[in-house]
Amino acid sequence: MTQTDETAALVSGLPDRQPTRISEHIVEVVSDSGEGAQKCGQTFGTISGKMGNGAWTVEIIPAEIQPPARSPAGASGIRIRVADSYVTNMGDEADLVVAFNEQVLYSRIANGAYKKGTVVLLDDKWASDPQEEIREQYAAAVGEFRDNGLVVHELPIETECLKIVDNARKGKNMFVLGMLCHIYSRDVQMGLDEIASAFARKGDAVIRPNQELFRSGYRFAAEHVDYHYRIDPWTDDMGPTVVTNGNQAIGLGVMASGMEMVAMYPITPATSASHYLADVFQDAGGFVHQAEDEIAAAGFAIGASYAGMTACTITSGPGMALKTEMMGLAVMGEIPLVVVDVQRGGPSTGLPTKVEQGDLLSTLYGMPGDAPKVIIAPATIEECFHYVILARKLAEAFRTPVFVLTDANLATGVQPYPRPVPQEEWLAAPIDQSAWDSNVPAYDWDPQTGLSPRPIPGQRGGEYVLTGLSHTNRSKVAYDSDTNQTSCEHRSRKLAALGKTLKPPVINGDDEGDLLVVGWGSTMGAIEEAVNKLRDAGHKVSSIHLRFLSPLEPQLKEIFSRFRQVMTVEINYSDRPDAPQITPENRRYAQLATVLRASTLVDVDCWSVVYGHPMQPGMIHKELNRRLTAMHNEI
Amino acid sequence: MFGLKADWSLDVFERYFTLGDYAGGEARWCPGCGDFAVLNTVHRVLRDAQLPPEQTVAVSGIGCSSRLPHYMGTYGFHGLHGRALPLANGIKSRRPDLDVWVATGDGDCFSIGAGPWIHSIRYNMDMVVLVFDNAIYGLTKKQTSPTSPEGMLTNTHPYGAPLPALNPLTVTLGITNVSFVAQVVDWNPPLLYETIKAAHQHKGTSFVRVIQRCPVFSQDFCKPMQEHPEQMLLLTHENGIPMDDSVKRVFKEQHEHDPSDWVGAMAIARDESRIPLGLLYHDPDAPVYDVLSSAGREKTNEEKLAAINAALDSFAI
Ligand SMILES: Cc1ncc(C[n+]2csc(CCOP(=O)(O)OP(=O)(O)O)c2C)c(N)n1
Ligand code: SF4
Repeated sequence: MTQTDETAALVSGLPDRQPTRISEHIVEVVSDSGEGAQKCGQTFGTISGKMGNGAWTVEIIPAEIQPPARSPAGASGIRIRVADSYVTNMGDEADLVVAFNEQVLYSRIANGAYKKGTVVLLDDKWASDPQEEIREQYAAAVGEFRDNGLVVHELPIETECLKIVDNARKGKNMFVLGMLCHIYSRDVQMGLDEIASAFARKGDAVIRPNQELFRSGYRFAAEHVDYHYRIDPWTDDMGPTVVTNGNQAIGLGVMASGMEMVAMYPITPATSASHYLADVFQDAGGFVHQAEDEIAAAGFAIGASYAGMTACTITSGPGMALKTEMMGLAVMGEIPLVVVDVQRGGPSTGLPTKVEQGDLLSTLYGMPGDAPKVIIAPATIEECFHYVILARKLAEAFRTPVFVLTDANLATGVQPYPRPVPQEEWLAAPIDQSAWDSNVPAYDWDPQTGLSPRPIPGQRGGEYVLTGLSHTNRSKVAYDSDTNQTSCEHRSRKLAALGKTLKPPVINGDDEGDLLVVGWGSTMGAIEEAVNKLRDAGHKVSSIHLRFLSPLEPQLKEIFSRFRQVMTVEINYSDRPDAPQITPENRRYAQLATVLRASTLVDVDCWSVVYGHPMQPGMIHKELNRRLTAMHNEI
Repeated sequence: MFGLKADWSLDVFERYFTLGDYAGGEARWCPGCGDFAVLNTVHRVLRDAQLPPEQTVAVSGIGCSSRLPHYMGTYGFHGLHGRALPLANGIKSRRPDLDVWVATGDGDCFSIGAGPWIHSIRYNMDMVVLVFDNAIYGLTKKQTSPTSPEGMLTNTHPYGAPLPALNPLTVTLGITNVSFVAQVVDWNPPLLYETIKAAHQHKGTSFVRVIQRCPVFSQDFCKPMQEHPEQMLLLTHENGIPMDDSVKRVFKEQHEHDPSDWVGAMAIARDESRIPLGLLYHDPDAPVYDVLSSAGREKTNEEKLAAINAALDSFAI
């Protein structure tokens, strides 16, 4: 690793310690909200990405909007998993934590974020707080943490910052960034550059003290913190790389897909995709419409699509619920449309900032009547980008709404991935305004595929009335009994036709074995990490990860038949088989499991939880290990 | 002769539109329904404007009146109950070149569609909104609507509608950025024609409440007005709806009202002793949202790709 001149200058005169090589670490920075822990962690993640590491960053969002200071509910911060290999998920317990106060750690501990041996670097300012109550709380917490196996180091972080700035609340994060950069042997010049670009708009007067804090944190760690590691760059060269979260990837995908209209209503965790777009979309000729509610947002997007400009609406579960009638209309009227659902937990404001894969069944079946539609689920942040482009193409080719299901884990996770190279053919063709042969009906269904070309307002000869009433191929209201049957058949046939073009899923692991794990969406990284670890330990376990949920990818039944057991791992509710009252007949299965059971008639089992946080490899590993061990004991 | 080709005028005549070009399937409303008059008037206004049928889109919600697009020879979108306006706004958003008409009912607009009603008036996108107000739910057979007069006997209120009727004029006038509010009855063809024509010429959302006869379910709503035209107050002004003597002879109660006078319009709308006919309010300069929403349509693929590449580069490491 080359150290720049800056680094050399900074460490000159300091003890020359050789860093210990590690292959990965999970780091957290936790504070009250507003103390900049997230900025600190994001910058740390970016520097790591630039240094060629694999990384996954995920924000720790406070449970309350205006939490009191020093409260567990206020825990705000960030987790960064850095490795010398590709990182696909947030991992299990943290290795090292920097905390701005001790109270916020309680909520992380309650979330199972730490293990025995997790190193905690804690600001010691509370030990000398003027309020006795705070001093006592602090002392009690430190004792308790140590009793529970955390390795707590009390450090004068505030005191050190006050040597440089008057208000340590603003700036402590950059001091901590400096500390982390020394601990993990990050490049100092990169750190300084990141600070300069982060504060570029605020000018030198802000950049300089922040860089000073950074330098001072770096030196402080060199002198006073024993931990000193290096994580080597990942050898696979990705080529040009970008670092985004999943919602930014969705926004970029919308731009690159050639869609020019996003109609939305704010809802966490979907909104940040629109925030991002609202900032840059106009440069590509696009527009974000903030509608009066989700129904209107869907209507607005459908209107734009009907008029020839395939549009997108971005929402989360409760918004999806409101949009259902519109979605049914889009299916029936065969209107191309892209709907992004960044899933969260629960109805209402159930678990607004938490993760759940709870909308698969409602997206599949939540509309009145029969409403066949395409549902795809990106499994990585990179796929969030590419799947929006795919979605517009499918929507237009199959004249149907296409639903892209992501979740809060993908939305807020940050990861480096190969920079996509935008293609002109991804963009939409100009709206066709040539004359339409008036002999061709508005729904000239191909009897084999159900597909039909679509007249666009402005096309002379194509005039038709799109209607939610049951209609003939000329879009005339039907009063006979056959029409509804026929038109439903054609709409359904489109899905089958699309399904025929899909490839079977790629199997991670052997083609046959004891256990096959099936997942979808954001859980892929965690599932594969757990499965691969079990395989390394000699277990016959494999996994597949479905990207197409409607239509389903082909050959599932055949693949399932090669495993003794098949189960899904999902983040949505299912009854545990051993729960009170539960029998094999009344058990409610996880959502994908329900779909797979119905479509394959295979006795697909499931393991799913709704703790509200992303699937972690350790949890999956434990459950799979338990099952595999039980299977072996049966033999 | 004169060096002209014999068919020199064919191109022009080929695109001369007759009423038939704007008409679609045979209208199926009840005999005596006021919706026929509005439909015919829309055909006439379009014919007189000579707009190509393929450039016109008729959008509606659900209800008797919302069947209108099916009886047009233009493009149409028969949408969802209460949701015609978001669909119409979306159509207009990237296609300001299209001529958009909305047909909606009193239930469709003022009840289930109340949210879109308010916000669409504020968006003020360039379209004509015709509310067919028969003070009853027709399609679903005689349930109370927000504009059913207090005491009206309906199937959901067989002992009489319990509340005073909602006043659509004051509500609409009260919405920020309102730009065109008119009221008319379906049974006076010249006034109906001129009102819809003026609405069509206005650039912005033209809100026209058409008091509409439903002889089947709400006879008592319009009949007194027909029998006692002195209940109506004809709004006259040089900037108002043009009206000939035939109109003025029927509606003898008249009031000179400048449609740019919002306070005066509110006073007229609030006075429930008279039913105003004509143009209550007109602001030709209110901002129109389609200008914003359609910005950037002219960007070339090169410009778009450059923007996308710049966006990606801002995340490059
Ligand atoms: C979501 C939904 N709710 C209810 C209905 C049933 N429905 C259809 S039209 C209508 C009322 C129509 O009344 P109005 O808007 O006054 O129109 P009119 O039929 O009188 O012209 C109702 C309640 C529906 N189609 N969709
Ligand atoms: S029920 Fe009333 S509104 Fe509906 S078509 Fe008949 S007359 Fe017209």
